[in-house]
Amino acid sequence: MQLALFIVFGALALGGALNLLLQRHPIYSALSLVVVMMSLAVLYWSLGAEFLAAAQVIVYSGAIMVLFVFVIMLLNAGKEEQTQGSRTAYSVGFPGAAAIFCLLSFVFLSERGSLQSTNIGGDLSSAVDNIAVLSAMLFTRQLLPFEVTSVLILVAILGAVVLARREQ
Amino acid sequence: MVPTAYYLVLAAMLFSIGIAAFLIKRNVITIFISIELMLNAVNLTFVAFAHMWHQVSGQIFVFFVMVVAAAEAAVGLAIILSIFRTRQTLNVDEIDLMKS
Repeated sequence: MQLALFIVFGALALGGALNLLLQRHPIYSALSLVVVMMSLAVLYWSLGAEFLAAAQVIVYSGAIMVLFVFVIMLLNAGKEEQTQGSRTAYSVGFPGAAAIFCLLSFVFLSERGSLQSTNIGGDLSSAVDNIAVLSAMLFTRQLLPFEVTSVLILVAILGAVVLARREQ
Repeated sequence: MVPTAYYLVLAAMLFSIGIAAFLIKRNVITIFISIELMLNAVNLTFVAFAHMWHQVSGQIFVFFVMVVAAAEAAVGLAIILSIFRTRQTLNVDEIDLMKS
C-alpha cells in the first residue's frame, strides 16, 4: 500500500519537477509546481504528518502558488528567450546539478542500512494524534519561535506593501 | 514498507532538479519558483527523518520553513513587481545594474 503510494506520487512529483524544468513559459512551470506540491502532500500524509499535508495543500498550493500565478498574469510574462548567458548556464547547470544529485544519493544509499523503513501513518513518540503532539510542542517549548514568526510575517507584509507601492 | 532512503533519494532528485532550474532559467519568476521547489524537497527530508526517529521536531521545523517561505514569497514577488515597473523586463541577464 505504502509502496504503491510512494511510487505513484513520487513519480508524479518527479514528472512535475521535470516539466517545471523543461517548460519555457512561467505559467506552465507554476502549474507543474502545484502538481509537485500536491503529490508531496500525499507523501507527507503517508509519513504520518497529517497536519503538514493539510498545510501544504492550503498554504503552498493554495496561497503561495495563487500569488505566483497572480504575478505571472499581472506582469504578462511571456516565453523566455535564449541568450548568451543561458548557454553558459546550460553547460554549468546540468553537470553541477547531476553532481549534487550523485553525491546526495550516494550518501543516502550507502547509509541505507542504518536508515530504517517506514510504515504508513504516524507513530510518533507519545502519539495520540499528529496535530495534538505538534501543537503541544508548538505552544509550549517552541512558543518563542512561534511568536517570532508572527512578527516576521508582519514585517513581510509591511515590506511587500512598501515595495509594491507605486512611486508618487 | 518503503525504506526511508527512497524518500531521501526522491528529495535529492527534486532538490537537484530545483538547482538545475535555478541555474538554467532566465526568467526571474521561474527562478523564484525553482527556489520554492528546493524548499519543498528539503521539507520532504525533514518529514522523512521525523518519521524515522519518531520525533515531532522535524515536523515543527517544516512548519517554520513553510511560514518563512510564505513571507519570502510575498516580499520576493513585491521585489519582482517593482523591478518590472522600473526596468520593463523579467530577464535576469538584463537586470545587471550592479555589474561594473
